[in-house]
Amino acid sequence: MQIYLPIAEVAVNAFLLLGLGGAVGVLSGMFGVGGGFLMTPLLFFIGIPPAVAVATEANQIVASSFSGVLAHLRRKTVDLRMGTVLLIGGLVGAALGVMLFNYLKSLGQVDLLVKLCYVVFLGIIGGLMFIESLNALRNQRSGKAPPRKKHNWIHGLPFKMRFRTSGLYISVIPPLIVGVAVGVLAAIMGVGGGFIMVPAMIYLLGMPTKVVVGTSLFQIIFVTGFTTMLHATTNYTVDVVLAVLLLVGGVIGAQVGTVIGSKLRAEQLRILLAIMVLAVCGKLAFDLLVTPSELFVVGATGGH
Amino acid sequence: MRLLLALLLLVSWPARAEEVVLGLSQDSVSISTNFDGSEILIFGAVKREDAIPEDPPLQVIIAVAGPDQSVTVRKKDRRFGIWVNVEAVEIDAAPSFYAIATSAPWNEVISDVEDLRHSISIPRAIRSVGAPMDVSDPQSFTDAIIRIRKSNRAYQLHESSVNLREETLFDTAIAMPANLTEGAYPTRIFLTRGGEVVSQYETEIDVRKVGLERWLFTLSREQPLLYGLMSLAIAIAAGWGASAAFRALRG
Repeated sequence: MQIYLPIAEVAVNAFLLLGLGGAVGVLSGMFGVGGGFLMTPLLFFIGIPPAVAVATEANQIVASSFSGVLAHLRRKTVDLRMGTVLLIGGLVGAALGVMLFNYLKSLGQVDLLVKLCYVVFLGIIGGLMFIESLNALRNQRSGKAPPRKKHNWIHGLPFKMRFRTSGLYISVIPPLIVGVAVGVLAAIMGVGGGFIMVPAMIYLLGMPTKVVVGTSLFQIIFVTGFTTMLHATTNYTVDVVLAVLLLVGGVIGAQVGTVIGSKLRAEQLRILLAIMVLAVCGKLAFDLLVTPSELFVVGATGGH
Repeated sequence: MRLLLALLLLVSWPARAEEVVLGLSQDSVSISTNFDGSEILIFGAVKREDAIPEDPPLQVIIAVAGPDQSVTVRKKDRRFGIWVNVEAVEIDAAPSFYAIATSAPWNEVISDVEDLRHSISIPRAIRSVGAPMDVSDPQSFTDAIIRIRKSNRAYQLHESSVNLREETLFDTAIAMPANLTEGAYPTRIFLTRGGEVVSQYETEIDVRKVGLERWLFTLSREQPLLYGLMSLAIAIAAGWGASAAFRALRG
């Protein structure tokens, strides 16, 4: 069934979009990522103009994250306090990131820099996670106890706060810094930052994997909600018909993803996330290295 | 006074030997939610006072164009082993859609000079001036947009697809794809003999969004804040709805 999208001005197959939204929604519920990094190229592929794809997807992510957060709230696996601290950091970071991005753009050739950073960054994160979770899985099989969390310099910092759901009693400074850093990266790279945030929470803040997913989704709602409003009022590129088609699949997928996630062990979840991050990294590297079949790209004026 | 002038003009206008009388199966296209492309039948007759001139034979060219847009074409090149966008050319005006139908192979229906004068062929319909000085081959950018748009059927050239009977009646069908941009689509018909344009006729096909499409588009432009909030409200409601439905299913 073909549906004509009023803002994108293209006709698309409704069932294809429902399926697409559903698949990305499952990932969202499982791993606490928005899924924009997957959705954007897929939407480009079916002929949605890039500016509309990016803006509309933000709107769809609001829906699937909200659906996922509600599911996680029922399981009490959302650390609202931690989420709020990360969000504050994230908003500050996003503002800094936009300024940094404009500065880099004035220097020229920012595209290349961003893509290279992205590939390197994802490669390192994905690789480290993969090795770590593989070791954890192996240790568990052979019956070794996981190493106890060590106290380090982080625990010496002031402004301590109790994060009950995560079982942490740490200073607010590290979560704020993580929030700012992810915000900066997200603004520069033009993604929500879910799959940078998730590993950062697990490894830098030492949060339990199960809590990380819900908490990440919680802060993604606000970031993408803000993005949606920004695009709708400045670029007029949010296509609500496209968003509805995607989010019907997305909200159901997020519920399914949460159920799947709760059945998996933390190590298994981490290893799957690592594989996904590596796959995205591989795809980006592939695009950069392989000779494209068409050297020219037609785009509307404006936008990057 | 103005009416009189118009009448005078009409009377003093030299009677042309051959003129087009045109019909369209529809002079407007309505884009509704389930719009899936449209086929427009263009038919007409050649009106003439005298007998049909002998040689050279009459030919017909029909060109339907979408609204002009400015587009940026970027070119990728290899830098340090990596493919990146290196050059960009802004094409001042390229129609969003362009279809040409002719009654014979292209070089039999019109000469290059006449094509240049009337801007009929696809490359002539695209205006690109003032490419940046540092771009090595600006023409390749225009070629690229034609190649890309031909491959997704936004630009079409159908040679010998106009049926011409007795040098008098002609008809053709133009398939418009589902990815149409809103606006007035100028439609031109040329009659040629021996590559020279002997008569031309111009009309417009009106392409408009209707119903829900119209409403949403207008809302997004005129009340962007409201539109954004509506989008968010839909997202939140859907997220909550799915969660409630799942709870009901599992409980």
